[in-house]
Amino acid sequence: MTGSGILQGLAETAKNFVGSFTHPAENLATIEYPEQRQKLAENTRQFPFLVFDGTDPEAGLRCVACQICEKECPPQCIYIIKSKAKKPDFVGKPQFFPAVFDIDLSVCMSCQICVEVCPFDAIKMDQDFELATSDRFQGLLFHKDRLAKPNSHFQKIHPTEAGETDTRRAADLEKAQAAAAKAAAAAAASAKPVATPANSPEAKNPPPASPAAGTPPM
Amino acid sequence: MKSLETLQAELTAALACSLELVPNPAVPAQSSLRIRSDQALALAHFLRDTPDWQFDFCSNVTGIDWPDRTEKIKVKRLVDGVEKEVEETRTVPGFLEVVYHLYSIARQDGPLILRQRTANRDTDTTVTSLTPVWRSCEFQEREVFDLFGVRFDGHPDLRRILMWDGFVDFPMRKDYVEPDDYEYEPTPHDEVLERAQRHYPAGEAAA
Amino acid sequence: MSYPGAPAISFQPRYAPDGTEQDGELLEVSLGPQHPSTHGVFRMDATLDGEKVVRLKPVFGYLHRNHEKIAEGASYLAAMPYTDRLDYFCSLTSNWAYALTVEKLAGLAVPERAEYLRVITAELTRIQNHACVCGFLLQDMGALGTPLMYAFRERERVLDLFESLTGARMMCNYLRFGGCRCDAPAGWLDAVRGVVAEFPRFLDEFEALLSNNEILLARTQGIGAVSAAQAINGGLTGPLLRAAGINYDLRKVDRYGIYDRFEFRIPLGEHGDVFDRYMIRVLEIRESLKILEQALKTIPDGPIIDPKAKLRGFRPKAGEAYGRLESPKGELGFYLISDGGPNPYRYRIRPPSFINLTLLEDMCLGRPLADVVVILGSIDIVMGEVDR
Repeated sequence: MTGSGILQGLAETAKNFVGSFTHPAENLATIEYPEQRQKLAENTRQFPFLVFDGTDPEAGLRCVACQICEKECPPQCIYIIKSKAKKPDFVGKPQFFPAVFDIDLSVCMSCQICVEVCPFDAIKMDQDFELATSDRFQGLLFHKDRLAKPNSHFQKIHPTEAGETDTRRAADLEKAQAAAAKAAAAAAASAKPVATPANSPEAKNPPPASPAAGTPPM
Repeated sequence: MKSLETLQAELTAALACSLELVPNPAVPAQSSLRIRSDQALALAHFLRDTPDWQFDFCSNVTGIDWPDRTEKIKVKRLVDGVEKEVEETRTVPGFLEVVYHLYSIARQDGPLILRQRTANRDTDTTVTSLTPVWRSCEFQEREVFDLFGVRFDGHPDLRRILMWDGFVDFPMRKDYVEPDDYEYEPTPHDEVLERAQRHYPAGEAAA
Repeated sequence: MSYPGAPAISFQPRYAPDGTEQDGELLEVSLGPQHPSTHGVFRMDATLDGEKVVRLKPVFGYLHRNHEKIAEGASYLAAMPYTDRLDYFCSLTSNWAYALTVEKLAGLAVPERAEYLRVITAELTRIQNHACVCGFLLQDMGALGTPLMYAFRERERVLDLFESLTGARMMCNYLRFGGCRCDAPAGWLDAVRGVVAEFPRFLDEFEALLSNNEILLARTQGIGAVSAAQAINGGLTGPLLRAAGINYDLRKVDRYGIYDRFEFRIPLGEHGDVFDRYMIRVLEIRESLKILEQALKTIPDGPIIDPKAKLRGFRPKAGEAYGRLESPKGELGFYLISDGGPNPYRYRIRPPSFINLTLLEDMCLGRPLADVVVILGSIDIVMGEVDR
């Protein structure tokens, strides 16, 4: 019968219309943003941020300004200037740090390649998407101070990944401390021969570990 | 699929044409045949219509730019009356290449890769259009014309396709120079910095 | 032009070569680039004789950004996120096509689990793309809003899956050469099972909504038909080619990945018209759901990336490779030439929706202008891929 197909379709629409009142959980696909918010998936990514340990974003910043992310970034939105001085990293090894670290969010395409290539777990993806600003240049150019976020933030948004990272870093630290202790012991052992006559070869060419005694190894 | 050598022999016998086998070290199954432009049309008809081959589907057409390059060769020369081996650099003239990837839907076979070369990169950049044989080449050959500057003899509607009509250069060539389209960016660095410096000759950059 | 099945209609200009005026006034209409039916910035220069189209030339390039040139200046890895932006409805199949070609070029193997994840994500991509295309096509025919919103509601469920797997809803950037970027998070496969189990309900609803609708039938049957010979010669691929009755699906022909392990059928049309294309997409969703069910049953545990694959400093040896796969729009191919350097010497994309437009004029000739909109909707184009 002509028109039966149309009526069939109208019945389907009516079913959905009524269903949105009687069974909203199954039939309503939308929520009232911003009053209601969806929980974001753990893997959700928006723009990168820099992780720092502890409470001081300058001292705890994990980034060592190796500039790998700057080179690999497909749209070239990262801009790094390496520091002249060095500061100790989490295992105590002196490292450079970024004097300037800028990300231009208007250029960034949220591809996560910087995160993948970073060997220091220093850059991760944030989930903040409400970044609207009236200044499209300076307002979207994030400097180091705005990019740096504590490890606790990383823990909060990506618990699985942050847990893995922290375990690995704790292991690294332990290894470094063990090596330091060993070096210190070696230094203590080599400190004895210092008492031997000054013309002995050990005194002229001290083993490389001994100057490092007391300070963490390189 | 029968081997390329078989095809080369059959084609040479059937059409008396000269073909050059271009080996592909990475994927040997995708080696290609280089064909001469003046024989391309007859060859394409043969490949499409011969029941043994039936390459009825031309999947992909694209251009490649091979600019002039220099290579070092050893030649024998008379130096002070003695024959010596001397290293010389010579320029290998560049050319443009058009690559066709053919498949046979009827026999579920392929790919067969054909290549055509232009004589050089500036004065004689004509090859034969295969659009009369495979209609699917129409837009793709136009694209190769637009981006590489290869002219297709026998194409029904050879116009620019992705760039606009008044555009002059060919963007996909290796020596293409971008026009000065610098736009302000808050952190000029690397390429952006170079563009900015070109855009604002000395002094004005601060402004 | 002499190709099989060339249209008999020829362009009759208003003025004959000798200057005499012929009867019939022709009108040139520029459809687009900002026209709701063009799905982006696409223009068609149509010449009309009354209501009938006598000439129709597509105009491209409004979204051209020379993706190929960008990729030739970037590393192999850096081109991967750009492939997301080709066909932004199907970023995972674009990723796969590129990864497939690079793997061919560099001789990388893909671990079992990664292959399964690829199939699962690709088929999810296909169902959400086809659902939306049907919605858009119906919208082009005047079924404003409702079918498209139903399709988008289902697409949201698939995009939620993509988000929890890859981190992004559309620009997934998920595949790597030799595998996938990360493993599926806990519970993800169960979530996919849930979506797959729910999807047929939507299809039934969608088909009840419109598939028997008399207006839909009148507007699609016999419209924009192409013959089988014409379709092959014109390079049509994907659902358009199969609507013309050609059994050519690269999942069966090339058997790339692990598609030879799954049982599924290839829906074929008879007439090559808009209705067949619509129905084939609906049927393909059902076949994709079958593949998904099988893949979800048999997915093994294991590594997800080839240990030989390098993320940084990736330099395949010199040579070239052409890889192609069945994207939801048709045959998506990548042609790469390596000179041994860190970036491809030549990087070419064979975009299915661009080449599927070759026969647009032939499909539209002799039809009223209103049908052009429907025919274009049935081709399924995404301008990010057409203009690159």
